[in-house]
Amino acid sequence: MSLYDEVKSFPALMLELGEANPDLFVVSQDLGKVGPFAENFPDRAIDVGITEQNLIGVAAGLAARGKLPFVYAMAPFITMRAFEQVRTDVAYNEKNVKIMAVLGGLAGGPWGSTHHAIEDIALMRTIPGMTVLAPADLHETERAIRAAAEHPGPVYIRMGGFAPVHETDYEFRIGRAVMLREGSDATIVATGTMVQPALEAHDRLKARGVQARVLDMHTIKPLDAAAVREAAEETGRIATAEEHSVIGGLGTAVAEVLAEAGVGRLARVGVQDTFCTEVASYPELLAIHGLTAEGIEGAVLSLLDAGSS
Amino acid sequence: MISDSVVRRLEQQAVTIRRHVVEVAAEHPCHIGGALSAADLMTALYFHVMRIDPADTGRRDRDYFILSKGHGVLALYAALAERGFFPVEALKTFEQTGSILAAHPTLHVPGVEIATGSLGHGLPVGMGMAIACRVEGVPNRVFVMMGDGEMQEGSVWEAALSAPRFELDNLVAIVDQNRFQAFDAVERIVPVEPLADKWRSFRWSVIEINGHDMRQVVEALERPPEAGRPTAIIAQTVKGKGVSCLENSPRAHYTRLTPEEGTEALQALGVES
Repeated sequence: MSLYDEVKSFPALMLELGEANPDLFVVSQDLGKVGPFAENFPDRAIDVGITEQNLIGVAAGLAARGKLPFVYAMAPFITMRAFEQVRTDVAYNEKNVKIMAVLGGLAGGPWGSTHHAIEDIALMRTIPGMTVLAPADLHETERAIRAAAEHPGPVYIRMGGFAPVHETDYEFRIGRAVMLREGSDATIVATGTMVQPALEAHDRLKARGVQARVLDMHTIKPLDAAAVREAAEETGRIATAEEHSVIGGLGTAVAEVLAEAGVGRLARVGVQDTFCTEVASYPELLAIHGLTAEGIEGAVLSLLDAGSS
Repeated sequence: MISDSVVRRLEQQAVTIRRHVVEVAAEHPCHIGGALSAADLMTALYFHVMRIDPADTGRRDRDYFILSKGHGVLALYAALAERGFFPVEALKTFEQTGSILAAHPTLHVPGVEIATGSLGHGLPVGMGMAIACRVEGVPNRVFVMMGDGEMQEGSVWEAALSAPRFELDNLVAIVDQNRFQAFDAVERIVPVEPLADKWRSFRWSVIEINGHDMRQVVEALERPPEAGRPTAIIAQTVKGKGVSCLENSPRAHYTRLTPEEGTEALQALGVES
């Protein structure tokens, strides 16, 4: 029996959490009912319609009364259109609101840049008190949601990693990276959907005789700075991989750690400060923008060519 | 029917609230006009209508108040201090380094439920509180005070549109319609009228009052809600009410009173110089 035989579907998980906690609400925006949760707890399944600013305010108000609202919304709209509400109503007001966002990164594919979120992690990361999670697969998503429910304070969860990444059981702790592959020549620090290609990159590099460590950085804030420093000290070269702009996200967070520690050499794999305007399927869009195993492999090789500090 | 003596007591209390506001404005520039326009509404809420307990600000059976027009904060601070949430002397520290009293409400101030300042945030948050109370089946009410300039914020109308869907008859939106925004009359910048018609068309139960007539104010705030509908009270007010040099002047939004103006205003409010 693998980890994935036990993974709960998202609706089943919300039902379980809702059964366990009578204060848990799901607040959404015309995104379909969260199935059994809404059927069992119609009063606690709040659909405010297409009103993102209102949605976050409502969630903050529920939390002000001691409720535990889980917002279920689309990443580009909830993080950008309602940014000030997240920052002011939730974070500044110290409200215990969890935001579960689908359609992170380029998952919107041919729907276009309006439906892509390559800025969400950067935006959420700037907010004081906000925890930012990007789980790598369905199993980790379940763990992230469970951890968020227990964590006091606002949490942003970018959902979206589907391909199985974790092979064996492990401890999921907010702020603690998971080493998926050991290696001494370089380290790939990946988050969310890019963890799976990072593992593929590891295999491709191994075939070339390069031993690349792989860290699943499921928490972008608070970043596991110790794991980053250790990787820099032990492997010298760091490649970050994220389905996000190279500005402001994981690559930037890692760069901050490396620069302040004065260690390591960095390459960032991500969207290169551009809108992804090509009409293409999700996988093709990822390929066009180098968000692939090959892209990560190339970044590590370029670091090796450039030597190490 | 509210008694004459209660009305008189509240009117006197409102004078005290205005005195505190004027005393601060005589010391340094502040958002005086919108505090004075809201003073009677605030007095009725804090000294008669709302179930609150200064000794236990977190009690579960309390009513909620959100000052969505956060810049009107001096009226709120004065009401909270007079009501015993914190010492009246603290009002003198307004905006000073180390004070708990910032120019917009914060969670540091006892009795403040939600920090505000950016317009258009209060009604959605109040809606969330009202949903929580309704699901609990408790009678707590939620009051959200907004300005008429604030009606230009889109998020107000997101909440106005969605609140009736949840049958929140425990939610009361109060519009302090003093007819001025920061730099000019609302009518000259972007008109928001017909305001009452707008709220009615959004399926709210609407009450129109003179926001300086204490009997009307109390009766509106205490009127049993229309079943299943949130209530919008559109209160006609005067920006700078009680300080003649400011009334209905764009200057009332944010200013400092000159020493002569301060003395005159306090005398008008019954303070001996």
